[in-house]
Amino acid sequence: MTIGRILTKRAALSLITLWLLSAMVFAGGQLLPGDVARAILGPLADAHAVANLDRQLGLDRPLLIQYWDWISHFAMGNMGQSYSYRAPVAPFVLAALGYSVKLGTLAFVLVVPLSIAGGVWSALHAGRLIDRIIGIIGLSATILPEFVTGIVLIMIFGIWLKILPISANWPPGAALPTQIYYLLLPSLPLVLVLFGYLARMARAGTLEALAADYTRTAVLKGLKPRAVLWRHVLRNALLPTITVTATQMGYLMGGLVVVETLFRYPGIGGLIYAAARDKDFPMLEGGVLTVGVIYTLAGLIADVSHALLNPRIRFGAAE
Amino acid sequence: MKVRWRVLTRSGTFMTGVLIVAFWAGCAVCGRLIVPFDPFADDILNTLGAPSGVHWFGTDQLGRDVFSRVIVGARDILLVAPLATALGIALGVLIGLVTGYFRGIIDDLIGRVIDALLALPLVIIALLALTAIGTSAATVVVVIGIIFAPLVARTVRAAVLSERDLDYVAAAKLRNEHTVYILFAEILPNVIPPIVVEAGVRLGYAIFTVATLSFIGFGIQPPSPDWGLAVSESYGLINGGIWWPVLFNALAIASLVIGVNLAADGIQAAVDA
Repeated sequence: MTIGRILTKRAALSLITLWLLSAMVFAGGQLLPGDVARAILGPLADAHAVANLDRQLGLDRPLLIQYWDWISHFAMGNMGQSYSYRAPVAPFVLAALGYSVKLGTLAFVLVVPLSIAGGVWSALHAGRLIDRIIGIIGLSATILPEFVTGIVLIMIFGIWLKILPISANWPPGAALPTQIYYLLLPSLPLVLVLFGYLARMARAGTLEALAADYTRTAVLKGLKPRAVLWRHVLRNALLPTITVTATQMGYLMGGLVVVETLFRYPGIGGLIYAAARDKDFPMLEGGVLTVGVIYTLAGLIADVSHALLNPRIRFGAAE
Repeated sequence: MKVRWRVLTRSGTFMTGVLIVAFWAGCAVCGRLIVPFDPFADDILNTLGAPSGVHWFGTDQLGRDVFSRVIVGARDILLVAPLATALGIALGVLIGLVTGYFRGIIDDLIGRVIDALLALPLVIIALLALTAIGTSAATVVVVIGIIFAPLVARTVRAAVLSERDLDYVAAAKLRNEHTVYILFAEILPNVIPPIVVEAGVRLGYAIFTVATLSFIGFGIQPPSPDWGLAVSESYGLINGGIWWPVLFNALAIASLVIGVNLAADGIQAAVDA
């Protein structure tokens, strides 16, 4: 297959995924809750008022029309009216997204070099003590819930050592370095969750490349170990790691719900949590579908970058 | 099978994990009988007491003994998470057997649904579904079970695909066996190992998810001494130096999660061996 066809096929699959996802979110937000107007007005409101509000919200129309109305507006950037704020949802989601992007970017900037270094270091010392230590740290960091690692980190760095602020909310008007300083502690649980998986990928990739024929050839033809490592081993070893990094965006988003709640940070995770707590369904649907769209796009970008970085796919030699 | 069992019992990873899980399972079953204090009894005159000889882990904001609550707190999560896993495995095995055996359009459809499900973190889908149908221990079991089903189905389907064209299946077909018999009596026994591995991994995720949901208030509800709930009720206090209710509950969650994952890793290694 040529690269153009791969990308077209991949993009078409992403569209189907997004469509199913939107149907699931619609079902969760508009079908399962039952009588939305009743939920807003409370059990004591009279039937007439409930029917009125149903009509006002458009809930008395056929489901397919409701779905089409919702999804076509969503695609145009109109995510509906929040029940709690009685204002359009989209600006809230956009603002929250901005905050989350800051936190998520910091976590990525920290975790990618750390885990690649850890994984490669592990592979170069495979079977020795340092390899086992990195493996155990990585595994436990990945499997522990973010709120557990988050709280332990707050206790150590915020309360005991008092070197990092325990709230993510920087003073108004703070410059970027101050913002990063405030985001350091919230980003650490995310870094820990991602570290184990990414380091394991980097380790496996490096081990595979170290055992490959081209590495043996490079060593035998007398290249310096450093040149073998940089030019032959790492270029091949890190390709899968780069792909996996993008797919980890989804796990990052799941972690954001917990971390942003724990640190009272106004990002998209915090928004989804607050909307769920207040049963603000339009806000909840907007937040959840936005996360799904971002994740699907990240997967698409991962596949494209994988294809572009790998000459075997780029020149159509392999599937 | 016997060889696998021997590999399993001699694996340090597996046995460590099983011991940790067995300890908490014991606490879940008979914790109420052995704890020094009633985990639900308030003591207004003795709130937020630091750990001491009487209250080993201190007391919480209502004066309840933290040690007793941590021991009994294993109960709900060790009920909800395994039930959710069992539901997910049961549904997933059924879907996986059928889609792997018949393939066709349902097979493609399930593949797409799995992609869509994987496009959202577990906690976020669970949050959406629980907000829609209401939070209780039963709905948490149902929601996590249903989310797990397609993920389990994918594993089972892959295993079934490599079995369906083997001779023993063809022989059963020639004997004119009923399809249900072929699926459950011929193919199922041969795909048990990957299902057991999947169950271990899923249980780890289920505990992770239930603890997280309880922490954000969408899982196990008060007045349960559940660990995630206890952490969420008292983490506001750590700023004032009250660290004990939070720390001991967090450590309890950590040990259970690590125990389950060690056991699951051991099973994986034994099946691969």
